[in-house]
Amino acid sequence: MQPPSEMVHWFFGMGLLMLGLLMVAEAIVGREVWERRAWRAYLWPGLAFGLGIAMWPVMTFFTNSAIHMVAHGAWAQALMAMGAAELGLAKGKLKSRWWKLATPIGIAVSGAAFLAHEQNGWFFARSAFLHHLVGWTLLVASLFPLALVFRPRSIVLKAAFAMSVIALSVMLFSDRDLAAVFGHLSPLAGPPHR
Amino acid sequence: MSTQLVRELPADRPYASTRARAISLLGPVTVVAGIVWAIVQPYRLTLLHPHGEGFWWLAIEPPLLVVFAGVVFAVFVARPLVADLEADATT
Repeated sequence: MQPPSEMVHWFFGMGLLMLGLLMVAEAIVGREVWERRAWRAYLWPGLAFGLGIAMWPVMTFFTNSAIHMVAHGAWAQALMAMGAAELGLAKGKLKSRWWKLATPIGIAVSGAAFLAHEQNGWFFARSAFLHHLVGWTLLVASLFPLALVFRPRSIVLKAAFAMSVIALSVMLFSDRDLAAVFGHLSPLAGPPHR
Repeated sequence: MSTQLVRELPADRPYASTRARAISLLGPVTVVAGIVWAIVQPYRLTLLHPHGEGFWWLAIEPPLLVVFAGVVFAVFVARPLVADLEADATT
């Protein structure tokens, strides 16, 4: 009754799409209007925290090697810490702006986890290609929230961060368990199933 | 100028209305993206050829997940946000 792993990527792709839409909307309207209703301030940090929680069953049920388990576990913790710090800041319980560093750290750890648990080269299969691409995109994207710690009102940085999250969701939706990428598919990967 | 018939709009009204339009377009654009994806890659919609497919392949349809995200955003986030933007512009 376990779904194929590509479906897990699509689920997370939908979560990231929602996250990206929320971030784009916040960048468009500005922080003052966005926080006019209290519940809205908790939306994207709550979603990030929820994605971290959802990563635990991924660690439990989709582990086919020790490195997978370590990567998914570290990733779950980093996402939850990132979401929790942002929730604390939204609630006002956390005051220091340095808590904002949890977001770039969480995203960088996510990128490192993607790269660490992909053992094959870029053109082994589409899933390998996308794991490399998502990993490096996450590492680059972590620079935007890092810059936002020092320039918290920059619309350009907020928009760039939001667009990188939407780009990541597109990459996750493109994932297939066994498919060619740009005509490349290693014979070691097996026959494409669909 | 302000009379019983004519009232001057606040200066920031056009900007707020542009932002409101952008927000209200985000959801529909996402829905359209999902529909276009389904048309371009119909094989990603297993519901169109359900014979012999298992539960997960029938339950999880990627283009429909995109449409779902767009609808949820449009209904639950964009609508109240546009209302707040318009209230902000009138005050």
